[in-house]
Amino acid sequence: MSEIKLENISFVYGSGTPYEIHALENVNLTFEDGKITGLIGHTGSGKSTLVELLNGILKPTSGRVLLDGGDIWAEPKKIRGVRFRVGVVMQYPEYQLFEETVRADISFGPKNMGLSDKEIAERVVEAAEFVGLDVSLLDKSPFELSGGQKRRAAIAGVIAMRPDVLVLDEPAAGLDPLGRESILSKICEYNKNSGVTVIIVSHNMEDMAIFCDKIAVMSNGRNVMYGDRDEIFSRRDELLAVDLGVPLITDTVHELSALGIEIPDNIYTVERAKECILSLLGENPKVKKGDFT
Amino acid sequence: MSEFIRTENISFSYEDAGGGIHPAIKNVSLSIERGSFVAVLGHNGSGKSTLAKLFNMILSPTDGKLYVDGELVSTNEGADDDTIFSVRRKIGMVHQNPDNQIVSSVVEEDVAFGPENLGVEPSEIRRRVDDALATVGMSEYALHSPSRLSGGQKQRVAIAGIIAMRPECIILDEATAMLDPSGRRDVMSTVGKLNREAGITIIHITHDMSEAVLADRVIVLNEGEVFLDGTPQDVFSEVELLRSVRLDVPQTTALLYALKPYGFSLPKGIFDAKSCALHISGELKRLGTAREDTN
Repeated sequence: MSEIKLENISFVYGSGTPYEIHALENVNLTFEDGKITGLIGHTGSGKSTLVELLNGILKPTSGRVLLDGGDIWAEPKKIRGVRFRVGVVMQYPEYQLFEETVRADISFGPKNMGLSDKEIAERVVEAAEFVGLDVSLLDKSPFELSGGQKRRAAIAGVIAMRPDVLVLDEPAAGLDPLGRESILSKICEYNKNSGVTVIIVSHNMEDMAIFCDKIAVMSNGRNVMYGDRDEIFSRRDELLAVDLGVPLITDTVHELSALGIEIPDNIYTVERAKECILSLLGENPKVKKGDFT
Repeated sequence: MSEFIRTENISFSYEDAGGGIHPAIKNVSLSIERGSFVAVLGHNGSGKSTLAKLFNMILSPTDGKLYVDGELVSTNEGADDDTIFSVRRKIGMVHQNPDNQIVSSVVEEDVAFGPENLGVEPSEIRRRVDDALATVGMSEYALHSPSRLSGGQKQRVAIAGIIAMRPECIILDEATAMLDPSGRRDVMSTVGKLNREAGITIIHITHDMSEAVLADRVIVLNEGEVFLDGTPQDVFSEVELLRSVRLDVPQTTALLYALKPYGFSLPKGIFDAKSCALHISGELKRLGTAREDTN
């Protein structure tokens, strides 16, 4: 739906003071239209600064942020419109729920866009369905929901603005394994159904390897790698060098090939690893051993 | 080893605004050995944090008894301030969000906060603060402002603040959840060292299976009850049971488990990539040879 491009972006905090910090240095990066891009990097690598530049919470010290080719700061007074087009879901967004009902909370964004009540009502239901939040919960207080449901409600609040680009900072942090899987699958489904460009910031390599099309790696304020998921996770040593890693299963497969076993190196799920290992034995993984007898 | 914490049929229920009762911990009897390293797992809402808050007396049980260091300290009648104070001296707690537990604007002052409140002599505080910061590897940041530290560094400062009180036990309540992989590694290696070298009892509440395998005992909670309890090797071999309570196993264990129906043997306790690869490679040879023999 939309492409967002960073062109020679630098950002300095506290410029001209003794506490000057160069958070980003000359970053050139394009988040491709309709793709899910994973943004990874160790703490302090500049990920959060980058996210805040994408919808104009921060203004670059130098360089341009281009949304479908247009500089978002071309007319600074219109930056509010950019925030409706680039929706950002912050870390632990459930701390920001504040309305009396879930419905009112999800409506907050669309209301600020000046939409009609009818349109808002439609969007709220649509957004709730997108994130897998049961509509029966809409009239409850956000504080009656479980942690996972609150998280969904907060994400729905951004989706209800129908942004062209959806940015999520650690959307699954603090959830248990099933909750994590479920929320990321919903985001993935939303991307496929709506064509919205998605950017996910996360430390969890296993999740990133399963759900992202593209991976952008940040280190010390620079963009050090960008490419297809397969390509990036095959560069294990470079990832380790910037304090990141690869999923445990990918590491296991890597160790297998180090032992001289011929196996593809682009494996991120247990299921795929199993299939590849069984194919070495000439097994058809779809048929279980017991089925022959 | 001797017993450090014991719960006898301990229960706790939350009451909501409408007077509804929600049991969070149901009739739990547990014994935690002095000097052990225990991981507590469970899905969101399983009662993990409630249990931790009962251990360090932030909550009083609605039923049952809590013993710490051989003494009955908490029942449904609550406890007096002296007892609570003495338990909190013995059991320190590190919380999830690093920003919620830093109180001072200088790292070493933050670490000194606990011992100061205990009325420790200033010269002794100086020594304890220096020791504690050295233990967590943060000495060079002693005079820094905590606000400029990374999440992992802040958690290590929080741990130093606890260590300076010389506790016998540290509870980490999802203390690694908000950290990046290197922050997690730092915190885990710090608590591992405290456990091995200083004999401090560690209770680590986490969602991260790769952290749980570092413990010598894993307790899985489900719906407020103890669901599984054993060594990581034993607990993580219960793949189906763990999945039935919305938990998962490390990917290496999951892979070996998935290969089991095809004749691969499933040893317990393979948690790292290298030993998993070695095992699979051995099994591939064995199964390959067996196949050639039958042909």
